[in-house]
Amino acid sequence: MSRLNGLRLLVAVLVVLATGACNGPWNNPYPDADRDSDIYYSSFREPPRHLDPARSYATDEASFTGAIYEPPLQYHYLKRPYTLIPATATAVPEPQYLDADDNPLPADTPAAEVATSVYTLDIRPGIRYQPHPAFAKKADGSPRYADLSAADMVGITRPADFEHQGTRELRAGDYVHEIKRLARPEVNSPIFGLMSAHIVGLAELRERLEAARAELAPGESLDLTAFDFDGARVIDDHRYEIRVHGVYPQLRYWLALAFFAPVPPEVTRFYDQPGLKSRNISLDTFPVGTGAYMLTENNPNQRMVLEANPNFHGQRYPSEGEDGDRAAGLLADAGKQLPFIKRAVYSREQESIPYWNKFLQGYYDVSGISDDAFGQAINIDAEGNPNLTATMADRGMSLATTVLPGIFYLGFNLNDDVVGGLDESGRKLRQAISIAIDMESYIPLFLNGRGIVAQGPIPPGLFGYQDGKAGMNPVVYDWVEGEAVRKPLDTARRLLAEAGYPNGIDPKTGQSLLVNIDTPATGPDFKTQMDWMRQQFDKLGIQLVVRATTWPRFQKKIAEGNVQIYFGSGWMADYPDPENFLSQLYGPNGTAEHAGSNYANYSNDEYDRLFRQMRVMENSPERQAIIERMLTILRRDAPWQWGYFPRQYALYHQWLHNTKPNGMIQSSLKYLRLDGALRAEKRREWNQPVLWPVAAGVALLVVLLLPAVWIYRRREHSALRRRPR
Amino acid sequence: MLAYIVRRALYAIPVLIGVNLITFLLFFVVNTPDDIARMQLGFKRVTPEAIENWKATHGYDLPYLYNEQADGLDSFTETLFFQKSVKVLAFDFGRSDAGRSISSDILERMGPSLALAVPTLIVGMLVNITFGLLLVFFRSTAIDWGGVVLCVVLMSISPLFYIIAGQYVAGKLMNLVPISGFDAGWDMAKFLVLPVIIGVVSGIGSGTRWYRTIFMEEYGKEYVRTARAKGLSDLRILFVHVLKNGMIPILTGVVVLLPLLFMGSLIMESFFGIPGLGSYTIEAINNQDFAIVRAMVFLGSVLYIVGLLLTDISYTLFDPRIRL
Repeated sequence: MSRLNGLRLLVAVLVVLATGACNGPWNNPYPDADRDSDIYYSSFREPPRHLDPARSYATDEASFTGAIYEPPLQYHYLKRPYTLIPATATAVPEPQYLDADDNPLPADTPAAEVATSVYTLDIRPGIRYQPHPAFAKKADGSPRYADLSAADMVGITRPADFEHQGTRELRAGDYVHEIKRLARPEVNSPIFGLMSAHIVGLAELRERLEAARAELAPGESLDLTAFDFDGARVIDDHRYEIRVHGVYPQLRYWLALAFFAPVPPEVTRFYDQPGLKSRNISLDTFPVGTGAYMLTENNPNQRMVLEANPNFHGQRYPSEGEDGDRAAGLLADAGKQLPFIKRAVYSREQESIPYWNKFLQGYYDVSGISDDAFGQAINIDAEGNPNLTATMADRGMSLATTVLPGIFYLGFNLNDDVVGGLDESGRKLRQAISIAIDMESYIPLFLNGRGIVAQGPIPPGLFGYQDGKAGMNPVVYDWVEGEAVRKPLDTARRLLAEAGYPNGIDPKTGQSLLVNIDTPATGPDFKTQMDWMRQQFDKLGIQLVVRATTWPRFQKKIAEGNVQIYFGSGWMADYPDPENFLSQLYGPNGTAEHAGSNYANYSNDEYDRLFRQMRVMENSPERQAIIERMLTILRRDAPWQWGYFPRQYALYHQWLHNTKPNGMIQSSLKYLRLDGALRAEKRREWNQPVLWPVAAGVALLVVLLLPAVWIYRRREHSALRRRPR
Repeated sequence: MLAYIVRRALYAIPVLIGVNLITFLLFFVVNTPDDIARMQLGFKRVTPEAIENWKATHGYDLPYLYNEQADGLDSFTETLFFQKSVKVLAFDFGRSDAGRSISSDILERMGPSLALAVPTLIVGMLVNITFGLLLVFFRSTAIDWGGVVLCVVLMSISPLFYIIAGQYVAGKLMNLVPISGFDAGWDMAKFLVLPVIIGVVSGIGSGTRWYRTIFMEEYGKEYVRTARAKGLSDLRILFVHVLKNGMIPILTGVVVLLPLLFMGSLIMESFFGIPGLGSYTIEAINNQDFAIVRAMVFLGSVLYIVGLLLTDISYTLFDPRIRL
């Protein structure tokens, strides 16, 4: 009887398994009900720290903030070079220049005569926020959830759990409110320092807010609507203006970043309630915007979910792009209503191996390529071009690469007695080192070829960058047979001797010149890199001492000017303007003296003068000429060994459409389209359960148990035999 | 027994204060409030003003242990140690340096950690005890010898290998279970099958050898000889009498671990995408988030003390000779 029950149980289990197999792959990590849907699946490694638009500055956070918030401007999805277009604004604003008495000046007024620039932004009417309890109102018009008690919070883990949700129209005051938030002390906005130098009255506003904050009772929050300031002013419900000191054309680029997205005052008042803070419900965890998506689930340790905002005002897929976009199918959806994807699920993957395997199984729609997986995914042909391996190609994947608007470099501290200074000795020493460090071997060795050697600080795709001979750094390279070739080591040795260190010998000590390199990198990969770096310096007879440290300590050393050479530092563009990169070497931005972002503390009067001239100019041949002059100075002074521009590789499954890599657009989710039925079919095809090893394993176990059974029986039998004696 | 528990609870207070103080000192020997601010402020455009502002708004602008600017008791209370560490003694964990509620995070992460750790412990114990007893049963045979060798082999393999190999074979080659992930409710079962099996298999080597040693010692005692003389079978002697008498050393090792199951498993959770507490402390150390570090060290200490207490109490349940 019991044997019959066991058989029945086995049959039942097999039936359940078979049914499961029919429903879909067993290894599907998502709910079975979603298998044919058009949900976009991606991942994140580190939980986003900040989703508050005034604080969020990290690239991985931008995929969320870019989908949720709508600053007044945005970048065109397809056009290159990157082009600003309106988002919620009606047009990209042109500045109105004013003199010291606030009298209007013509647009062609020289920058030196402009006291203030006024940017007036008109917001399109009818744009509404995502549903949110902060907008829910009682019958008398007062906020429904203004004084939440502990009882009100029972069962609440996210804003969507509140019974009543509301919305309202986007108003100009929401943008002004956010600009004020940049000055709010508790917010600690990373761009406050920069913006207070440009936006009129922002620094004074911080002082007023600090004074007011000191007067607050415990638990009370500042109401920013009570603080007016000249830098940002509401004109009417759909119009506001921003005033900046002098001329600052880069403000338009900032207006495409989430820092300038609207935040309604009622939302900050709602989130300031203690009951919500104690449950991690805040603007940092549940942003509120007018964008195409809203964050409906935020478990930063497991999963984040974006869903289409039902109140999204609508945007259409672009109908023009750059050459080749039509042929690539990127204009197939021209004019269609966005977004195509209604739900996006981001799962946390801390380790690269499971993440990569799940991508191969079809459970993620897009992937980068880790170092471990590079060989499995990419073949580099004889000409150095990346191609998909047969395995990837068989799965119908596509590869897209793009050089990101950023740079990673090796910097010299110009304040240092040995490697610094603008005299011949320091300059030639830096030039010699720049030649000796062979980035052409570094990139394939440590980056799998994902980078291109930099000839200066401006990355490709930005105004001011030049390719070919015109863009070559003549201090480090020669133009030979149509390509830039690194100068021979003899040139570096000659420069070193002219710098006062023949064969790398320091005349003061009579021994090899000893220099220190500081780096925030740690771990086994770093050790190999630093061994390689030592070899580069060895070529010149220079002894390199590596001082590895943590990121905060590294920053502290940089801030104090307590480094000689530093490595592992870089700059990713805030906006696609050469000013963003050239400012990293502008004298008044020197880190040690002015607490700016010029870590090298480079200061050259001519360069600084040209920089001031260049930064207020619109792109033009005149601006290009000035940039070229600046680059010539930089290459001669060599404050950085220019390092490399990172190249991003992305793999897309065949069911994902409208993919175009970019380095500026914060979130491209609303433009993507996917074929859920094809994905479900491929997942089934690729993930059929393989059961024979289970049967083989059971059989092996039985075989292994036989000796044990034999010994057991023999022992029992022998005991029985002994017993009569 | 109640008096004993109260006495042990009182002993715990100075221990916890000491742990708190040592954690504070060790953390701030390595890190400064400036370092913490820099980590929180990110990589770009970090100015000295921003650092000072961050410290002021997060309470890191206070002196470490003694405030010369303050009077009376405030000299001790208006300090970093009092404001950041003493409140923890009342289980008021406050907010992390990144601004999240630590209590809320711990409560949220505890469930998934337990969901993985409890079945791994129970199944692992059952398997290891069974194997340990079987090795004793087959003592002095090739099976015993082979089993011990196999245990040593299993012990010598890195847990990471079990995880990667398990994911590769079961998740990728055989497509039987999801490679990683987690879900609530019954759906979590499909995500836990593989990590639990791997957790059990990776512990078989050490566990079985440990239990074998315990049971082998028990098996040499007089009562076993008496039982055999009375005609009891070897299996019955082992699985009834030896097992029961071997429970005390087992309890010593296991009960003390029970409260610490809340703390999760770093590698396992990380590779399988289980949103537990395992990586919480490590992430906090990497991010130099003192608020989380001191909360988790304190919690770990409390749980360890509770574990020791539970061990003592459990002795009385299995050995009537022991009185507390």
